Amino acid sequence: MIAVHRLFAIVAALFALTLPNPAAADALTGPAAQQPTNWVAIAVFGAFVLVTLAITRWAARRTKTTSDFYAAGGGITGFQNGLAIAGDYMSAASFLGISAQIYADGYDGLIYSTGFLVGWPIILFLLAERFRNLGRYTFADVASFRFGQTPVRLFAAFSTLSVVLFYLIAQMVGAGQLIKLLFGLPYELAVVIVGVLMTLYVVFGGMIATTWVQIVKAVLLLGCATLMAFVVLASFGFSPDALFARAVEIKSGLASAAGASPAEASERGASIMGPGNFIKDPVSAISFGMALMFGTAGLPHILMRFITVPNAKEARKSVLWATGWIGYFYLLTFIIGFGAIVMIATDPTFLEADGSLRGGSNMAAIHLATAIGGNAFLGFVSAVAFATILAVVAGLTLAGASAVSHDIYASVLRHGKADSGKELSVSRWTVLVLAAIAILLGIAFEQQNVAFMVSLAFSLAASGNFPVLLLSVLWSGCTTRGAVWGGSIGLLVALILTLLSPAVWVTVLGYAEAPFPYTSPAIVSMPLAFLSIWLISKFDRSKRADMDRSGYLEQRIRSETGIGATGAKDH
Amino acid sequence: MTAAGDEPEFRPLLSLASSPKYQQLVRERSRFAWTLTVAMLAIYFGYILLIAFNPEFLAQPVAGGTMTIGIPMGLGVIIVGIALTGVYVRRANRHFDQLTRDLVEEARL
Repeated sequence: MIAVHRLFAIVAALFALTLPNPAAADALTGPAAQQPTNWVAIAVFGAFVLVTLAITRWAARRTKTTSDFYAAGGGITGFQNGLAIAGDYMSAASFLGISAQIYADGYDGLIYSTGFLVGWPIILFLLAERFRNLGRYTFADVASFRFGQTPVRLFAAFSTLSVVLFYLIAQMVGAGQLIKLLFGLPYELAVVIVGVLMTLYVVFGGMIATTWVQIVKAVLLLGCATLMAFVVLASFGFSPDALFARAVEIKSGLASAAGASPAEASERGASIMGPGNFIKDPVSAISFGMALMFGTAGLPHILMRFITVPNAKEARKSVLWATGWIGYFYLLTFIIGFGAIVMIATDPTFLEADGSLRGGSNMAAIHLATAIGGNAFLGFVSAVAFATILAVVAGLTLAGASAVSHDIYASVLRHGKADSGKELSVSRWTVLVLAAIAILLGIAFEQQNVAFMVSLAFSLAASGNFPVLLLSVLWSGCTTRGAVWGGSIGLLVALILTLLSPAVWVTVLGYAEAPFPYTSPAIVSMPLAFLSIWLISKFDRSKRADMDRSGYLEQRIRSETGIGATGAKDH
Repeated sequence: MTAAGDEPEFRPLLSLASSPKYQQLVRERSRFAWTLTVAMLAIYFGYILLIAFNPEFLAQPVAGGTMTIGIPMGLGVIIVGIALTGVYVRRANRHFDQLTRDLVEEARL
């Protein structure tokens, strides 16, 4: 295949670019402390890139039809898909972010983790099997099953692209900062490398390559985190209590060094063992929990993964595996966060003069790697963190591209009669366009605080995709008009309230007081979406509404039994 | 719409709705799935409400050590989540799949 040869020429050129050169390193100025060039990191990352490109080459030969491209031909097993889902979900944000939060505040990080996990059982109980039975490639296939195709597909494509874009920007900015710091590369170059590699995976290897890159990365990340947690626990004779006691002692010591009275210092030390500042008020707590829990069930790149398995049984198994791996991973990050308190919080090698972490607050796990295994292990963990971002953006981009090629091009513009080859090429071009947008926005947002974007993506998914999906599958009265308007209202309200919330209004825009005082909009926007869908459907007297309602029984039977599901004939 | 043409020998799909096996499958699985959903929601939001309204309770040490009640409870939410997932998969593999297989056989008459 000519394309594959060209691919390798591009990669060779890319490697020449990635070799760190002194001029590039000198050009870096900024608040983040520069790490010396880490050759182990570069070697491990280089190996990861080579392996994943080999996978891509292999996958490219097997990617012939739209079904291969979007859904890996339905040939992924439940176990493999479980790992890939876990890979999609364990982003660098959760590895570095949650361990950093535990390093800073202790217990609060665990509250975050529980919220991220509990969405999975809900997905399994209510959606996963039905989604597999009704779906072909995208979230919209299921949401629009019995509805008017054009409006529902347009809504779904729009909401998929919004969720994907915000998620993508956050990942790109994170990638740039991380790589700049760890590999001694300029920010822009780092963002371009991520964009180019991710494009190669998706354009040539489609869902097959994306899935296997995800699996390789999940295994590396789980292995790495297991090793770190093991070393931390081993140094305390496998007694968690001894670990916690030492962490409290260190936090108290730090507080009294900062001038706190002994009583205050011991109180501040002990505070890491219980809930602290994370939950400021009950409304925010519940709202944020809703966004995490139900947002997971509306993330388009996650939902798409249920179509890569041959049938409902494998879809079900993949959720069990994914939930198990993700839960195990959060357990490890909890230990890693406490390990970081014990091993790096008092070591000047890792700290700035003011006691903050060198390289920024998200570096706790990275510094812990150095403390555990020196420069070599630091290199390994850095490379894994980079690989993590790469795999996640590949999955997101594929979801975005299929919304454009499958939902807008094939279903709306060509009324479901698109030529498979043309649809594929639209999808591949969309990947290029999305990658270019992601690179440009990644660079544009370098100096911005993008922390709110991931939670915005979850809020949008919880307020738009999730209500539409759930009611279209489970409520016979739901109509096209109700789904489209109700879902759009949910999306819009989630977006507006996020702009008016402290994370954007105060932190990004710099105003004094936020009009919407809560952390997450979900507590308003999600029920509002459900209510709007219900009300609008109830009062929908259109001809289309009669068709929508009368189509429910057939959809229900298919969703419950799997009769007529794509790929069902394979077993 | 997904093409139904792959399975020409199926009886008209809609007649399945009156099959007692189909009704049993839908009834039992819905009840089971919603029970587990409500259990998960109650456990998680119960935990969140506890954090919001009674954080001191979670900050109490366990048995004189440094470990607090909050840690086994937080990890417990994660473990219960995994366990409920396992409970569902087990019942679905054994019971619901069998019902579905019988049903599809019946429809192929």
